Amino acid sequence: MSLKFALVGNPNCGKTTLFNEITGSTQYVANWPGVTIEKREGKAKRLKEDVLIIDLPGIYSLSPYSMEEVIARDYIVNEMPDVVINIVDGTNIERNLYLTTQLIELGVNVIVALNMMDSVDAKGDKIDLATLESSLNLPVVPITASKGKGVKELLDRALSVAQTAASGHSSPQLQEIHNKSIIASIEEIESRILPELESEVQNPRWTALKLLEGDEKVQETLKVPVSLLIRLKAYQERLEKNFDMDIETVIADSRYQFTTNVARKVVKKKADNSDLTISDKIDKVVTNRILAIPLFLALMFGIFSITFGTIGSSTIDFVDVLVNETIADFVLTALEGAGAAVWLQDLIVGGIIGGLGSMLVFVPQIMILFFFLSVLEDTGYMARAAFVMDRLLRKLGLSGKSFIPMLIGFGCTVPAVMSARTLENEKDRRLTIMLVPFMSCGARLPIYALYTAAFFARNQTVVVFSLYILGIIVAILSGILLKKTILKGEVAPFVMELPPYRIPTLKGLMIHMWDRGKGFVKKAGTIIFAAAVIIWFLQYFNYSFQAVSEPADSMLGSIGGVIAPLFAPLGFGDWQSAVALLTGFIAKEAVVSTMGILHGVAEATESSTDLITALQTVFTPLTAYAFMAFSLLYLPCMAAFATIKREMNSWKWTMITIGYSTGVAWLVAFLIFQIGKLLGFS
Amino acid sequence: MERTLKELKTGEKGLIVKVLGEKGPVKKRLMDMGVTRGAEVLVRKVAPLGDPIEVNIRGYELTLRKAEAQNIIIE
Ligand SMILES: Nc1nc2c(ncn2[C@@H]2O[C@H](COP(=O)(O)OP(=O)(O)OP(=O)(O)O)[C@@H](O)[C@H]2O)c(=O)[nH]1
Ligand SMILES: [Mg+2]
Repeated sequence: MSLKFALVGNPNCGKTTLFNEITGSTQYVANWPGVTIEKREGKAKRLKEDVLIIDLPGIYSLSPYSMEEVIARDYIVNEMPDVVINIVDGTNIERNLYLTTQLIELGVNVIVALNMMDSVDAKGDKIDLATLESSLNLPVVPITASKGKGVKELLDRALSVAQTAASGHSSPQLQEIHNKSIIASIEEIESRILPELESEVQNPRWTALKLLEGDEKVQETLKVPVSLLIRLKAYQERLEKNFDMDIETVIADSRYQFTTNVARKVVKKKADNSDLTISDKIDKVVTNRILAIPLFLALMFGIFSITFGTIGSSTIDFVDVLVNETIADFVLTALEGAGAAVWLQDLIVGGIIGGLGSMLVFVPQIMILFFFLSVLEDTGYMARAAFVMDRLLRKLGLSGKSFIPMLIGFGCTVPAVMSARTLENEKDRRLTIMLVPFMSCGARLPIYALYTAAFFARNQTVVVFSLYILGIIVAILSGILLKKTILKGEVAPFVMELPPYRIPTLKGLMIHMWDRGKGFVKKAGTIIFAAAVIIWFLQYFNYSFQAVSEPADSMLGSIGGVIAPLFAPLGFGDWQSAVALLTGFIAKEAVVSTMGILHGVAEATESSTDLITALQTVFTPLTAYAFMAFSLLYLPCMAAFATIKREMNSWKWTMITIGYSTGVAWLVAFLIFQIGKLLGFS
Repeated sequence: MERTLKELKTGEKGLIVKVLGEKGPVKKRLMDMGVTRGAEVLVRKVAPLGDPIEVNIRGYELTLRKAEAQNIIIE
């Protein structure tokens, strides 16, 4: 059987960085609290022993209340890993040790990994390791997870902790942490109340403490009867009177007194907290009263200009020539040489290469977008954006914390919906999930890139930016509407840590970008590939499986023809657009690949410039804009749909979400087209 | 002199005396994040739109709303 080491610590202290270092994986690391929201396992590399490492979401204490925190606590309390590696941010010992005290109370085998030692050194602070070890009565190993320093020693010490633990269990050292009157109460509860419980108690010390603290979860699992609760109340009131605070505060206070003392003893700070650090200086600009919001908008605009500007579009030409000319010609010649049937040549070159190619050309652009989004995430800007925007989001009944899922939504809706888990309140989480799909994700980018190239060649960036803004405006209005109707509730609280700014590592950025790019290529090679083949067949044959000369007479033509009238009031009532939008459910970028097939099969060697010419005969700038707006807002893709279903854990809410977004999309596109027409645009 | 954290101006420091308010998730979270009696707080800044505020406490930066800050008694 393998040993289990769990990584436990406050949010953003470097758990996942350490996990990646030990296991060689590339899990998501970023500089804001709440990145990891699921349990992850991996085997430790470079160790003789068989060790399973478990990465967990960050927690501030063992009495959590948001979804991802519950995952972490349940794992630690119920699964009892062999060793808990408690990662403590060396630049913030006082608060990080609060969780450590709770791990000591729990009596698990703990080893402390004192992380971010590079930052501690850079600040010129000194930490007295020997005193820290003796005060905590735990092994402490200094590490720098991001550079892999100290990790080997950490694992060796953790292994020896596991070995000693196997030979005997010592009971938790509560008297180090809590004062006499609290210990006395714990002991009394242990000897007088616990024996009267029905179920047998695994961990009496800790259970007594939790019952004293009034932990509802523990009360529930043990099914504590009312008669005992009343007796517990007496113990609680005695302490409450003594300290003149409620019982939770009494206990928390006592833990913090301990950590404050330890921190005072072991940390020699070079600078006072009123001195300005580099983070403070950056913050002076970034969260400046006047500059903050314009800066945010300028930043977003800058990102989109680069993505769509010369750098971004030069990558398009490059991939376009590569895929649609070089490869397509080569394959066509090869197929002709091999004497393949005409329909097969057409399927491979027109359907597969043409369809996928028209989408793949945008992958580098998507990667550029992700590059910049990861810069925002890794520097620490995310949390600042939440801080700056909190006031605005409160108007929607949300908090600044919801802003983080929304920003992530500019990359991909799937992780964005999942990161809504960090919101404490169920209604806020639902509302955030409903709004996230309106944030324009990377997969919609090929649609904009194609249409703006065809119709707004001269101000591509402005038009694309306007779509992002449109998404945000729709989200705001929807937030107000939903909060007033089906998601009524109290204003969400906002209490959040602001991490220090950090310089992103090139390696980290490359991993993010590569992961994303790979994701898109993989999607293209699997589901979009399959969709392209099916679409090609359906548009090549009619119901009696005869090749048609006019695609409109094909099976696909007739399917499209049925739904097309729905879109006529929006300005794009042709069957091709209807079909393309349908395939957009598979993945939004499939809209482009389908368009590539439907508008390009006449000639086998197709490049996206020909697709652009074809589109110009079907759309006008106005209908193109309405089409882009519809693509932005309507039902999210299959992967997002599945995630929404899982996170909402309710069919009703999932259906409301997609029904709502599609309804809104129709309405907005309708208004754009009709009002635009009235104003004389075409 | 006792004041609430909300009344502190940017750059001012104080010691926490008490955290008022009903028992509940927000109070618990503040407690877990170190907003307890005896901690020193320094008000760093107010967000551009007037709320929330950023404070330095126990060596890190914490942001919370004025509504919450009003429940924190400082001396
Ligand atoms: N300077 C420095 N930065 C580090 C070190 N370890 C991690 N970081 C940075 O700290 C930030 C948070 O790292 P993560 O590994 O995502 O932290 P986490 O504990 O998994 O965070 P959550 O999943 O949000 O709980 C990232 O920006 C890392 O690059 C270190 O040893 N030194
Ligand atoms: Mg993590």
